[in-house]
Amino acid sequence: MEKRKFTISVFSEDRIGLLHSITIIFTRRKMSIESINSSESERKGIYRYTIVFSADYDTARNVTKQIDKLIDVLRAFLHEEEQIIHREIALYKVATSSFYNGNEVEQLLRKHSANIIRIEQDYLVIEKTGWKNETQALLQDLEPYKILEFARSARVMVTKRWKRLHKNVLELEQEH
Amino acid sequence: METLVSKKKKNNTKTPVRISGAEALIRCLVEEGADTLFGYPGGAIMPIYDALYDYGDKLNHILVRHEQGATHAAQGYARASGKTGICFATSGPGATNMITGIADALIDSTPLLCITGQVISGLLGTDAFQETDVIGISKPITKWNFQITRADEIASTMARAFYIARSGRPGPVLIDVTKDAQLQECDFIYRKCKSIRSYKPVPVIDEAKLKEAAALINQAKKPFMVFGQGILLSGAKKELKLFIEKSGIPSGATLLGLSALDSDHPLHMGMLGMHGNYAPNVKTNDCDVLIAVGMRFDDRVTGNVKTYAKNAQVIHIEIDDAEIDKIIKADVAIHADAKEALTKLLSMIKAKSYPDWIAEFEACKKIEYEKIIRKDLHPESGKIRMGEVVNLISEITDNNAVIVSDVGQHQMVTERYYRYSTTNSNVTSGGLGTMGFALPAAIGAKIGQPDRQVIAIIGDGGFQMTIQELGTIFQYKIPVKIIILNNNFLGMVRQWQQMFFTKRYSFTELVNPEFSKVAISFGITSQKISERKYLKAALDEMMEYEGPYLLDIIVEKEENVFPMVPSGASVSDIRLE
Repeated sequence: MEKRKFTISVFSEDRIGLLHSITIIFTRRKMSIESINSSESERKGIYRYTIVFSADYDTARNVTKQIDKLIDVLRAFLHEEEQIIHREIALYKVATSSFYNGNEVEQLLRKHSANIIRIEQDYLVIEKTGWKNETQALLQDLEPYKILEFARSARVMVTKRWKRLHKNVLELEQEH
Repeated sequence: METLVSKKKKNNTKTPVRISGAEALIRCLVEEGADTLFGYPGGAIMPIYDALYDYGDKLNHILVRHEQGATHAAQGYARASGKTGICFATSGPGATNMITGIADALIDSTPLLCITGQVISGLLGTDAFQETDVIGISKPITKWNFQITRADEIASTMARAFYIARSGRPGPVLIDVTKDAQLQECDFIYRKCKSIRSYKPVPVIDEAKLKEAAALINQAKKPFMVFGQGILLSGAKKELKLFIEKSGIPSGATLLGLSALDSDHPLHMGMLGMHGNYAPNVKTNDCDVLIAVGMRFDDRVTGNVKTYAKNAQVIHIEIDDAEIDKIIKADVAIHADAKEALTKLLSMIKAKSYPDWIAEFEACKKIEYEKIIRKDLHPESGKIRMGEVVNLISEITDNNAVIVSDVGQHQMVTERYYRYSTTNSNVTSGGLGTMGFALPAAIGAKIGQPDRQVIAIIGDGGFQMTIQELGTIFQYKIPVKIIILNNNFLGMVRQWQQMFFTKRYSFTELVNPEFSKVAISFGITSQKISERKYLKAALDEMMEYEGPYLLDIIVEKEENVFPMVPSGASVSDIRLE
């Protein structure tokens, strides 16, 4: 079966070691995780993980069920790319001297809707939020201008079908 | 002491009592109705053992000879009694020695509670003496684990541990308790855990799926049912029998599903899988509706999945959602407890019979009898064969013993030829295939079923992996009967070498000590036989003997177990020779 990109969102209790429990479900199948993010959700005490990886559909579904089966996981959901709204944030540290000649870099930043968030004597930091291909495109465009550092965050996402997902988590809460 | 303890117990349901974490942990076991523990003390668990010293009237602690033995004994206890098996070990090597048994319990869905001591919390992560990250190590092989670092976490954590271990699809839980948490005092009050919001052990059954399943079953021409340990775990033996008898559907059992339906039942077509019976394997690929209940389509059952049951619509009834569509896609998936699903389906299915279809199974059975079973059970010459030993044991015990088998050829022969008539009778290592399982598991099984004959059937290889548990059997005078089917070979590996590696017998021949003398030096009555004419008398003598007994039976050296589905082959390509 053909591999494609999937996102799993996991809603869980705040439990030490849960990240380990989740990652070993991938590692035992020798699957790599493209990115993973964790933060508290809109419900206090309920954490959400966003995991991006590539797999065929059957494997992705099996993995989701195995995560859902973890005792401290409230629910795990498998999402196709078109079912979610997602972003990553990228930071680019560029030598200030790159901006001395003309307004090329300035135009570049406008084109990419990127912001300068810090200016120092020898470097400045640009921030760009978007899809991976967008932050990657800016990276490529900035390459001629001496990039000192680059970092991209894991994906964060919210689902388009939020009603169902939230209902599920709320139901679990109300039962207790 | 007696009155003091019972007074405290009486109190604790109402008001908290101030006791040490170690005593709190012991009191949790008492509150949950535990009666037996298997364990081995050491530095980091000493406060718990000290607290246990005062509870000898309530908790029977069996000192094993190796922590692996504790886990297998607890598994044997759990499988034979239906209760949660409990074992204790210290930190570091004590904990790592438990790993094999825990992994075995996870894959075979056995409820275990493993308690490990841990270095004091201030030393965690510093490579302290006998420190090991047992939480990290045991994560992939436990249903749940937790490290307790404060005494006040003990009661609620233990309550959760028991609830998780035995509910839904059972499994092992490991609780690691730092030594300082054992020594601290806490206000102890015990409340049993009844639910956890992130854990739904019993799914809500989807009635629409039941209707779909019933419709498929009712219009089937060649239906076939395969059942696994889920029947035993949900206590659905009666429901299974009613379902099979009303529907008239022939059935086959997985290795761990054996004993869920009497082996002699006319609609029981035998064991599935690599060394299972001919009929259920071949007919899997002929059936038009396959009803799988409480089983997970292990690769040893399915053979090549690309050719498995391709003519059938598959109905899969399973409590663990992660098993549904994992190996075999279900046309109708019923995420449910087996007992509930079968009870509901029973009123929705038509009473039917399939004489022509059953005749096909019978024809296969006849072929298997002529080609294999006759010479296995009734050989006229040559060395003793494993099959005839198991057949005699089945006769002598009236099909009613608890049979504990190890892993390898003798295991397959035992499961093929013992005719189970009672549940809680089949104790073997299925999914993990752990050699060394049987001897300690038999100890636990006997304690779990003290009124029944418990017979461990073990190969000469596996026996030597946990041979030290003879010491435990001797110390506690546990009246288990131990049969070694001794061929001086790692027989199953040798069989594969013969069949698939051009008879290159690479490191499979064993030069063994005299096992009967080993047993005698452990204070266990024993004899060795190698001739057929002494077999019946030796088995009779063993069964009638009151205490533990070891019988070393020298069997045919190069016997092969057939039928066999070669690795990667289709179940219908099962070989008879």
